[in-house]
Amino acid sequence: MADTESEITLLVDGVRRSLAVDNRVTLLDALRDRLGVTSPKKGCDHGQCGACTVLLDGRRVTTCLTFAVACDGAEVTTSAGLATDGRLHPLHQAFLDHDGFQCGYCTPGQICSAAGLLDEAGAGWPSAVTADVRTAPALDEEEIRERMSGNLCRCGAYVNIVAAISEVAAKAEPAP
Amino acid sequence: MIPFDYRRADDVDSAVATVTGNPRAAFLGGGTNLVDHMKLGIAEPELLVDVTGLPLDRVEELPDGGLRIGTNVRNSDLAAHPLVRERYPVLAQAVLAGASGQLRNLATTGGNLLQRTRCVYFQDVTTPCNKRTPGEGCAALHGYTRYHAVLGASPHCVAVHPSDLAVALTALDAVVRVRRADGERTVRASALHRLPGAHAERDTVLEHGELITAVDLPPLRFAANSRYRKARDRASYAFALVSVAAALDVADGRVRDVRLALGGVAHKPWHATLAEHAMRGGPATVDAFQAAADAELAEAEPLPDNGFKLKLARNMIVSALRGLAGEDAP
Ligand SMILES: Cc1cc2nc3c(=O)[nH]c(=O)nc-3n(C[C@H](O)[C@H](O)[C@H](O)COP(=O)(O)OP(=O)(O)OC[C@H]3O[C@@H](n4cnc5c(N)ncnc54)[C@H](O)[C@@H]3O)c2cc1C
Ligand code: SF4
Ligand code: FES
Ligand code: FES
Repeated sequence: MADTESEITLLVDGVRRSLAVDNRVTLLDALRDRLGVTSPKKGCDHGQCGACTVLLDGRRVTTCLTFAVACDGAEVTTSAGLATDGRLHPLHQAFLDHDGFQCGYCTPGQICSAAGLLDEAGAGWPSAVTADVRTAPALDEEEIRERMSGNLCRCGAYVNIVAAISEVAAKAEPAP
Repeated sequence: MIPFDYRRADDVDSAVATVTGNPRAAFLGGGTNLVDHMKLGIAEPELLVDVTGLPLDRVEELPDGGLRIGTNVRNSDLAAHPLVRERYPVLAQAVLAGASGQLRNLATTGGNLLQRTRCVYFQDVTTPCNKRTPGEGCAALHGYTRYHAVLGASPHCVAVHPSDLAVALTALDAVVRVRRADGERTVRASALHRLPGAHAERDTVLEHGELITAVDLPPLRFAANSRYRKARDRASYAFALVSVAAALDVADGRVRDVRLALGGVAHKPWHATLAEHAMRGGPATVDAFQAAADAELAEAEPLPDNGFKLKLARNMIVSALRGLAGEDAP
């Protein structure tokens, strides 16, 4: 194998996948074009839209600015992989219930980003709109908007996306 | 993009030796800037040395009460760290004001500091740019300059540095730890980036092959009273038009100590030393804050499309300091 190619293994949505990649291939292109995992979408290919968002070792990341070779051994969860045993993830259901999309192109990225956001907020992370960064803020609409700002929606489904995530966030909070 | 060889660094010294020995090699952090540049044809390394596996991923307390941030601490973990939030809120806020949640999960401390300008002409290889190709000229000088510098620019380059993190580190007088082939050296955060002068191609004082290993935050009690403010063209997920990092220590209505740095105005994070000097020991009043801002901005030379930055910077400095002095400051 040339120095400019690498053998890598990824755990994609629970399935171990090994492949040889040219080092130039991004994680996004490896998933879509090489492994046929088309849940993450290519919007801008420059980190600007969030359509390619997945969970990498459990954390939300863009996949268009990461080389696949740098992810050897990592665990990748896409929006499709968030469903278990054919049952939708609560975020999937909430997006359906609230009309959180129109064309759906940005949706897998929105869902993965929302899943990451819920974990981050659960861990007490502040955001840019948190008045006092020493505190762990409640996820109100302003917090959700800020934390989802890395995901653009060309159809402008934002209002319903925020409503969908709010619903899931409220259920995730411990009962008073 | 040209084909390239990829290696994972096993230890700091060999990573430094490998990149130092090959002018076409580059360190790879989270990749969120370098990979973009490789796609755009701005960077063409033939070897990437991935440093993210090096054990430089901790925030540690220093004996003097400061903090050491390893270069591989991701931006999101830095902003979420309890001691950073407690002792240096300006730093947590600055990081949170940059990029997006999913980018901050990838971006590293060193990579953030060494990210390159977002000047659109720099990013467009069809336009002349001295930063990309020295001597080629600067397309921005005859272009759209809303996002460009008002302080410290040169006829060779009017770009601004885009990092929010770097602005907070400059205000805090952090120290950047650097490993090089013949040992270690330290560089003050305020001296890491350069003004363009006749060498727009050089963003920082670092030489090829020098690796940022950590950033040290000095103990600074009054940094608990600090704030980052950022004005941009949309409410979130955009680079700064102007940003302000400030820390203020007020006692009996007087400024005991103050730290101030500006982003979005120059080729480097702008340490506002004139303003700091004007305020130290004086009254903590809006008039004094205004006078200090004016002193700092007196030498500014706005371009055709960015004169608004002066008024914006002045107002943001005053409002940030006033917020830190207590909204009832006279
Ligand atoms: C859409 C978008 C929006 C953004 N918005 C903002 C914003 O609002 N504010 C902001 O501040 N930033 C913003 N960013 C930039 C982002 O913060 C940087 O891309 C990121 O911090 C770079 O870190 P990295 O680890 O990914 O660096 P990389 O891309 O891996 O590396 C950047 C440079 O640093 C070098 N390098 C990396 N690590 C080291 C080291 N340890 N020692 C020496 N050299 C090293 C690399 O060789 C390369 O030249 C944005 C980026 C995108 C894509
Ligand atoms: S301002 Fe600097 S970076 Fe932008 S085109 Fe001119 S030389 Fe290049
Ligand atoms: S495709 Fe990755 S952020 Fe747009
Ligand atoms: S639903 Fe069409 S882009 Fe978001």
